[in-house]
Amino acid sequence: MLDTTLLALSDPTRRAILSQLALGEASVNDLAKPFAISQPAISQHLKVLENAGLILRRIDGTRRPCRLAPAALSELDQWLAAFRRTMNLNYARLDALLAEDTPAKDPS
Amino acid sequence: MTAMTIALHGDIQVIVTRHFAAHPERVFVAHTDPALLARWMTGPDGWVMTHCQIDARPSGTMRCDWAPEGGGEGAFHLTAEFLAVEPHTRIVHVERMFLPDATPDNHVETTFAAYGAGTLLTMKMTLPDAATREIMLATGMEEGMEASYIRLEGQL
Repeated sequence: MLDTTLLALSDPTRRAILSQLALGEASVNDLAKPFAISQPAISQHLKVLENAGLILRRIDGTRRPCRLAPAALSELDQWLAAFRRTMNLNYARLDALLAEDTPAKDPS
Repeated sequence: MTAMTIALHGDIQVIVTRHFAAHPERVFVAHTDPALLARWMTGPDGWVMTHCQIDARPSGTMRCDWAPEGGGEGAFHLTAEFLAVEPHTRIVHVERMFLPDATPDNHVETTFAAYGAGTLLTMKMTLPDAATREIMLATGMEEGMEASYIRLEGQL
């Protein structure tokens, strides 16, 4: 989930879309305006953001306005903590492995 | 052993350091021998490395697969290419995760330096751009959503 988020955020257009949505809900047309790319291309970016759980879309007649999904960004805030926790666990296991497998050629 | 440190360097790098009691040669081998790597680089509790292939030489490749212990959804994998491999002192590789789509390439230089009777491991990760790193490392879990939005806007 977290890495799907990072993938979604790796693209500058998608980051710009999120910035726009930070100001409030917007339609696909609104979101497409600042960019020199087609509405289908914007829709594709929105699909990536939606799949990553970064935005939510609702149905309003024929429109599907978008807004930020607060939970996704909150999770993103925790990336560093999760990375630190995982690496600490990995390296603690490496400590244990190095302690048990002492090769004979090691100087005593 | 001494606690791990994680530091930011410039706009696009993250540097991790960690001391180990064993000699550099053995810490290096634990990073390049697939049977050994699969025993420690298992990630969060509850996960196992189900497959590990490493060809640690320049132009060699690496692939690791992880899955939840006991099965279940969410299996993912990592691929990497080695750019430089200097036995017992330095490894340079480029890696990305597939979840299933690829994350941005992470350029990683790992050095193994003698430090007393043990090893100082330094892992320097270089990300594609400043915004990617900034957003990856955005801290301030206590600041709440408003701060997240402000940071997000500030870097665009």
